Amino acid sequence: MSAVPTAPLASPSDPSEVEIPAPARPMSGFRETLHFALRNRKLVFGLAMTSALLLIALIGPFIAQHGPLAYGTDLALRPTTHGGYWFGTTLQGQDVFAQFVNGLRLAFIVGAIGGGIAAVVAMAVGFTAGYRGGVVDEVLNMITNVVLVIPTFALLLVIAAYLQVRGVLPEAVFIGLTSWPWAARALRAQTFSLVSRDFVDMARLSGRSSRKIIVKEIAPNMSSYLFMMFILLFGSAILIAATLDFIGLGPSNTISLGQMMQLSVQNAALQLHLWWWFLPPGLAIMALVGSLYVMNVGLDEVFNPKLRDM
Amino acid sequence: MLRYFARKLFVYGLTFIVAVTVDWAIPHLMPGNPVLALMSRIQAQDPQVSQTMYHHYMRAFNLDLPLWKQYGYFWVSLAHGDLGTSIVQFPTPVSSIILHAAPYTLALLLPAILLSWYAGNKVGALAARRKVLDNSALPLSYALTATPYMWLAILLSWTLAVTWRVFPVGFAYDPTAIRTLSWTFVGNLAYHWFLPFLSLFLVAFGGWAIGMRNMIIYELESDYAHYLGALGAPQRLVRKYAFRNAVLPQVTGLALALGAILSGALVTEIVFSYPGLGFQIYNAITNQDYFVIQGIFLFIIIGVLVANFIIDIVYLIVDPRTRIGMEGGRS
Amino acid sequence: MALHVEDLRVYYRTLAGDVKALDGVSFDVADGEIMGLAGESGCGKSTLGKSLIRLDGRMRYVGGHVLLDGEELPIWDDAAMNAFRFRRISIVPQYAMSALNPIRKIGRMIHELLRSRGVSSNGIQKEIDRRLELVGLDRSVLDLYPIELSGGMKQRVVIVISTLLDPSLLIADEITSALDVSTQKAVAQTLVEFRDRRFVKSMIVITHDIAVLYQVADTILVMYAGKLAEKAPADEIVANPRHPYTRLLVSSLPEVGVRYAEKQLVGIPGRPPSLLEPPSGCRFRDRCPLATARCTQEPPWVEQDGRGIACWEASAAPAAALPVAVESG
Repeated sequence: MSAVPTAPLASPSDPSEVEIPAPARPMSGFRETLHFALRNRKLVFGLAMTSALLLIALIGPFIAQHGPLAYGTDLALRPTTHGGYWFGTTLQGQDVFAQFVNGLRLAFIVGAIGGGIAAVVAMAVGFTAGYRGGVVDEVLNMITNVVLVIPTFALLLVIAAYLQVRGVLPEAVFIGLTSWPWAARALRAQTFSLVSRDFVDMARLSGRSSRKIIVKEIAPNMSSYLFMMFILLFGSAILIAATLDFIGLGPSNTISLGQMMQLSVQNAALQLHLWWWFLPPGLAIMALVGSLYVMNVGLDEVFNPKLRDM
Repeated sequence: MLRYFARKLFVYGLTFIVAVTVDWAIPHLMPGNPVLALMSRIQAQDPQVSQTMYHHYMRAFNLDLPLWKQYGYFWVSLAHGDLGTSIVQFPTPVSSIILHAAPYTLALLLPAILLSWYAGNKVGALAARRKVLDNSALPLSYALTATPYMWLAILLSWTLAVTWRVFPVGFAYDPTAIRTLSWTFVGNLAYHWFLPFLSLFLVAFGGWAIGMRNMIIYELESDYAHYLGALGAPQRLVRKYAFRNAVLPQVTGLALALGAILSGALVTEIVFSYPGLGFQIYNAITNQDYFVIQGIFLFIIIGVLVANFIIDIVYLIVDPRTRIGMEGGRS
Repeated sequence: MALHVEDLRVYYRTLAGDVKALDGVSFDVADGEIMGLAGESGCGKSTLGKSLIRLDGRMRYVGGHVLLDGEELPIWDDAAMNAFRFRRISIVPQYAMSALNPIRKIGRMIHELLRSRGVSSNGIQKEIDRRLELVGLDRSVLDLYPIELSGGMKQRVVIVISTLLDPSLLIADEITSALDVSTQKAVAQTLVEFRDRRFVKSMIVITHDIAVLYQVADTILVMYAGKLAEKAPADEIVANPRHPYTRLLVSSLPEVGVRYAEKQLVGIPGRPPSLLEPPSGCRFRDRCPLATARCTQEPPWVEQDGRGIACWEASAAPAAALPVAVESG
């Protein structure tokens, strides 16, 4: 894969080696950006799809007729209107639709929290390293490299297996604390290029503290880039969580999309052709993560005049 | 150049130490007496197993010794290749389990990584210059890279194996097959290997194709490309240069993508009951076979570090700038 | 004559409309002449230079003719232009320092380039060595990667490469802008030497720095807002500028020996007009101290005795004093 463990950037792969076509200038007009945004097919499509899924995730659990874990008497039922089992039931008689919307909701939560934490850490590390340089940069770089090289999945495996903590929140936190390195590197590179610009020198001369400069001068310039980065982290958090869940480290007392797939495989759903059990969860993830990626490409085109088709 | 490698080795060394430390530390983070907690979870029926496991744990944790001594012993046993004993597959040592499972995982991983990288780069480069290909290959690639590995495995298994019976549903070879080094057996192995390999290949391919396509587009806008064009050089020369330049970040991308493909391989094995490390880990987690988990984790770490090192060497070979940069430029 | 340009128009396509970067430019460059093209940013000089050899993505050929050695240059046809590029017309681009493939040894890149253009590299190797020596580079440079050379060295390598096939016309686009003054002088001298040795027949040197042109060019052409303002032999245009824009430009040059504590360096107030919707009539009239009502009509390009000018006032009363409209302090 190109840029990131599970997510491609719409730009050169290793951000620290090659310069990313970043927003060359601050957005010179919200209206202008909005104009391009609304006309960009990828952005519109991605946003629409993501919003639709979000809607399902929000409303779904309320309209589901049964709880996601509730056992029923109709086993392995095909999708039907009977009893409100619109997606059918599992081999244990559980409502697939209820599980599906529940899992979708969890996916959004994991994505937001995991992606959010990763973004915050990446920003803290990347900005500081890029702005301060010197020893601080060296140390942060070393830390970044170590966390980058460690196959975090394996690490999460060991941690989760031993600590027996099975919850969405801990899972999201784990993911957030381990998936930030590539983003930190990219942000560091961007900060380097911005730091040499005049307006930062002006701020320095006026005696502002480093933290203030980073927050007030540098970050806003990269706001579009940060947003795109968050979207990628969001998507990758969802994928990682699904994999962890599938392997048996998912949250207890609830059902996530990854767990649905795990249970279906465990219960030989493939051999029994219970397609309504194992197809929707993966499809949902693919649709969600895919639309996030497409949205990202669209955003890149909107924020980067050079990429816009004439 | 020595400095370059020294730096890298330092990071890898540090990473290894951190990983081993985490591996050692985690059980100690469990609340209460870790041995008793582990014992209570094992629920081993055979009293002889319980006894041996208890002694093993006590030795492993050396709870009577100061912490740093325990840590030291951990390293010592590691150096001896002693990764403990499996609980479920008692009395098989963990190292033996790993040795038997690793080849299968590598057989999936290596071809999948290399072929998907190669094919993805080629297709990505092609897509960058043909609009028709771009419009079809690109959305497909995005769909593939957004697909969770296990889901594609499920899909392929259900359609091609279970429903249409084109490929076997699982395992590395027919249980009834004779395990000799004959062509039939090798063929049988390949037959069972194909679907899991394909699943891994497809998802990884998507990511590479997208990355390469974007890199090529970026390189085609570079100054050297414009200069060549201004001097009337044919497109194929420009494309050739662009490709060579674009491949470089894809090489470093390999190191970044390792983790993802690895986890993908693990879950794919689960779907196909393919007896690699993933399959072992899955059983270990389900059965709380901790030493197996720990052992496989360490094995994976070592593998990833070695792979990273190899990629670093390769990168040094293909990018003259890194080599020159070390030796200092001449002005 | 080597180059004949007639009413050349090249616009840039943008979402807001066409930017009329080059809006009807005509001039000649004689065989053996080095012509300097000067003007501020956005006046169209770079567009002119680029359009003669290769239109980039956003440029759109709108009209006009270009003849090189009597033959029409099909600048609107990218494929057809290939026959002319490198052999008959060549360019040393603005980005010369990054124009070399970073992962190829220079010698190898040159050979691959020549081979791709159907030139056998065997015969030409000695010539490459000779020219490298001329610009002060050892032939060992061919075994190096671009990263191993300094900016100035890369600049010189690019000059050698671009002129290797002895083109009739060389376009030098802002090649001194990124250099320090002493290197600028060396590069300028190289250009003149290449012309004197007939490696290149004629040159167009594009820059915003008139001082450089003064050292190098035979003739200087001043552009403003997409159109020609004035043309004259180099020494004459500096000593005796006629167009108000040129006069302001020249007077804004720092003079050697003058201390600017007493006399303030004066710029030209105002800004060039937007080329999206350029004003009618003379495009300089909003900033021109000599503007009159007549200037709402576009002044014609009048050429006489080797000097050309597009200005109502200057053609009529060439020596009219510029009102000292700008105050110091």
